Amino acid sequence: MTYLLVLAFIIVGSGWLEWGLRTRVLRRSRRLLLALAIGSVPFVLWDIYAISVGHWSFDESQVTGVVLPLQLPLEEILFFIIVGFAAILTLEAVRSVRGRPIGDEAANLTAAEPEEPVT
Amino acid sequence: MSYTMITLVAVISAVAADIWLLRTRLLLRVDFWLAYAIMFVFQLLTNGVLTGREVVRYADDAIVGVGNDVASPEFIGGGRLFYAPIEDLMFGFALILWVLGIWVWLGRRGLQRTPVSGPPRWRKGVEPAE
Repeated sequence: MTYLLVLAFIIVGSGWLEWGLRTRVLRRSRRLLLALAIGSVPFVLWDIYAISVGHWSFDESQVTGVVLPLQLPLEEILFFIIVGFAAILTLEAVRSVRGRPIGDEAANLTAAEPEEPVT
Repeated sequence: MSYTMITLVAVISAVAADIWLLRTRLLLRVDFWLAYAIMFVFQLLTNGVLTGREVVRYADDAIVGVGNDVASPEFIGGGRLFYAPIEDLMFGFALILWVLGIWVWLGRRGLQRTPVSGPPRWRKGVEPAE
């Protein structure tokens, strides 16, 4: 269960940002799901390859034992989803505090340009 | 190909995607590096638990440092930092940069650019944008 507890810690450690810093990531659920889906693909493939050739392996006494097709432990899939979610929350948390453009703003702002006035 | 080699390819690919493919240029923004610094601290913590307690074990010939074939990992040393192989830390960097690049790229293309983030709940007198 150690692995699952670590994943739970990541959810708790980053999840509060959605409330406390009003990151509004969950309210952009389609964008979130698509980013996690596209973002995970190469890393899941890498993981499957690395497990198949024995680059790394898992202590069976510390994982749930639920194994997905291609020998992928359940925790590994959850890892990419949860870590990706935490990363997005963290970036949006920095944006919440600092209010600087990050590159997806409607006005196509860059860091060198002044921010849009708050209306 | 060893874990080390794939890690280098992943980091180079993630950087290339950010600069040229997605053109998100997060690497040029201070806010990305602030977010990465925060995540790096937590990565040392969580990665350290997973590798220090040997939930995840590495083959000796897969990493630059010492794997788990004969000995338990060192806290610092033997190619490890907080028990994690240095490859894990680069793996994390590539994953974070790639996922955040996709996130920003989707927003730039107009997918759920709003509602925007912030302000923090503790900041008084600022109406949240709805």
